Amino acid sequence: MIWLTWRQFRGSAALMGAVLTAVGLMLVLTGPGLADEYAAGIADCAVNGRCDRFYSAFFGKHDLAFLSVTLVALLLPALVGLFWGAPLITRELESGTHLLVWNQSVTRTRWLAVKLALIGLVVMAATCLLGLAVTWWSGPLDRSADDGWALMSPLVFDARGIVPMAYAAFGFVLGIVVGLLARRTLAAMALTLLIFTGVQLAVPLLVRPHLQPPIRASVELTAANVDGFSREADGLGLHLRNQVPTDTGAWVLSSRLADPAGRVMAEGEAISLSGDLALACTPSGPPPEAGRADPMAACFAELNRLGYRQAVTYHPTSAFWPFQWIETGIYALFTAGLAWLSFWLIRRRAS
Amino acid sequence: MNPVLAAQDLGKRYGRRWALRHCGLEIPAGHVVGLVGPNGAGKTTLLKLAGGQLAPTAGTISVLGGTPGAGPGQLARVGFVAQDTPVYAGLTVAEHLRLGAGLNPAWDAGLAHDRTARLGLDPKQRAGRLSGGQRAQLALTLGLAKRPDLLILDEPVAALDPLARREFLQGLMEAVAEHELSVLLSSHLVSDLERTCDYLVVLIDSRVRVAGETDRLLACHHRLTGPRRDHLPPEHHVVSAQHTERQSTFVIRTEAPIHDPAWTVTPLTLEDLVLAYMAEPVPARERVTLEVRR
Amino acid sequence: MIRFHLDGRSGVSPYLQLKQQVRHALRLGLLREGDQLPTVKDVVAQLAINPNTVLKAYRELEHDGLVAARPGLGTFVTRTLTGTAFAAQAPLRRELQRWMTKARQAGLDDESIEALFMTTFRADAQEDIA
Repeated sequence: MIWLTWRQFRGSAALMGAVLTAVGLMLVLTGPGLADEYAAGIADCAVNGRCDRFYSAFFGKHDLAFLSVTLVALLLPALVGLFWGAPLITRELESGTHLLVWNQSVTRTRWLAVKLALIGLVVMAATCLLGLAVTWWSGPLDRSADDGWALMSPLVFDARGIVPMAYAAFGFVLGIVVGLLARRTLAAMALTLLIFTGVQLAVPLLVRPHLQPPIRASVELTAANVDGFSREADGLGLHLRNQVPTDTGAWVLSSRLADPAGRVMAEGEAISLSGDLALACTPSGPPPEAGRADPMAACFAELNRLGYRQAVTYHPTSAFWPFQWIETGIYALFTAGLAWLSFWLIRRRAS
Repeated sequence: MNPVLAAQDLGKRYGRRWALRHCGLEIPAGHVVGLVGPNGAGKTTLLKLAGGQLAPTAGTISVLGGTPGAGPGQLARVGFVAQDTPVYAGLTVAEHLRLGAGLNPAWDAGLAHDRTARLGLDPKQRAGRLSGGQRAQLALTLGLAKRPDLLILDEPVAALDPLARREFLQGLMEAVAEHELSVLLSSHLVSDLERTCDYLVVLIDSRVRVAGETDRLLACHHRLTGPRRDHLPPEHHVVSAQHTERQSTFVIRTEAPIHDPAWTVTPLTLEDLVLAYMAEPVPARERVTLEVRR
Repeated sequence: MIRFHLDGRSGVSPYLQLKQQVRHALRLGLLREGDQLPTVKDVVAQLAINPNTVLKAYRELEHDGLVAARPGLGTFVTRTLTGTAFAAQAPLRRELQRWMTKARQAGLDDESIEALFMTTFRADAQEDIA
């Protein structure tokens, strides 16, 4: 049975091996260079002041590579489910070979158990390796990422650490269950993709925010968390970034302006300009000092003195590995449940 | 000795449709059993129930004294060659034999090797490239080398040309002679069954119409031709009747001698017999299987 | 060693055809005492018929005293038919010729003579079996 599983699987395994080798080679060849570049840049800008500009430049230079690698790590688990899970069953059913192989002296349960275990192990090993390799390679870029590409944000989180392995195992067993129900390859693949995508969208939306209580903080306003100002009819409009200044990799659930009384202001609500504030924040205010002083520094200082803050709810970067483990555990439960279902389905002799 | 197949009130339903109903059989071991009937009569369903791919909706079935498909032991005793003899197109002949060796504890490698050599099957040839006849022979080899006590074949020769069909049946009969295995084989080609089967089960419209040893069946079914008459004595069971204004033709089943000199009695071929049963609709209340025993 | 063949259209059951062919071969001297009949396996592999059919034919031939089965070795001819039957044939042939002359004088044509002979022959054979 082990020989048969390998013999039927070897084509797919070879393809996967080739893809992983190519990706792996790329990562290994460019990774150290990336790390060196980052280290050098950090050393430079730490001397000179803030590193925002270095981060933006560094990330911007490698954004294409970043996106491709992240995409690969996102797609591979889905493809595994699609191309290895569903056809495992449906190809046998469609060609009639299930009548050949299930009439030898092994029970269907044993047939499925060996296939599930062997291929499942290969899947998990491959995607675990991929996930960890990508996490290592992407380290410098994750640390300099723009907001929107924070390490903890859904798309990036899904492509790092050990969760790709969890998703791949889930996708694989999901494919098998759908294959047992749908019995036709195309229908099974379409359905697997649909359900898998649905789950992948639902979990970050509904489950992940609640894995730990988020941190609620009141942060002073600086250029790090303020995108820009606008002159509104009734005052000053402030556009906040979805970022926490001290933790650029955090997953920001909400980022709003809070007035001196602590009340969270509504979207688009403007700050009324009066007195010192008007003086500090209007363009025609006191001329900037010569040198590198931030033109808006006075405005920020005044706003903070008055008591305006960024009210932010977020999951910090330090929660990365705890979340990875918890989510892997959840998916492990899904996968175990689906595996049990697949054994129950295959024993049901309906046609 | 255990009957090779024993079924009581066996039935299988798909959704609303009964593919097989009220099926009762007791087939002794040591025979080549032919399952004959028109397409859609339930032959494949019965064979799959015997092989353990399907579970009954009603009634019971036991094969060689055990429940079909119940475990490795039962699976090892029953071989199954499915319709159109499916094989793995991407695997070579040798790899198929390796499959058999790996998945069957009682695998007879010598038999498998001898057979493929004698049939001229190239071990390195991919099974997808074999002709229909060669594929059927490969599937038969896999079934035989497993050394089962019962080999089930579902319309194995339906799609083959006459030469391939003859060669397949020759191989099968030779294996029966050599290994004394029981065979359960279905076909809608009655002529094939007539040569090879010494026990017959006639399945029409999801029910067993008659079952018994071929010799006995042919000996106790007669065609009676004579002047128009609407009824016959009760010991002559009428299978089918055709009347013209002045003449009647009956096909009857009887153990009793036919004394009435008005009748011309002629024997039936197996095909005529099956056709006679096919011509008459199944009586609504019929639950008893008509079995002819020695 | 003789080779069997089957006539699917003769209306005679296969095992009877096998028996007839053995007897015919014995009569013609194609099979002599001590010759081996084809094994069940060989007959079956050649004709694609049920082994029990061959076994039944061989058993009845053994019952008739023409062959004997030796376990593990095969089935061998023990008696020929040439000698004994031949002597009785000449007078029987003469009687048959006389009967045919009578039939023609009675007005029967060829087909009627053949039909009369065959039905009587079959009825007689049936009585033997029943």
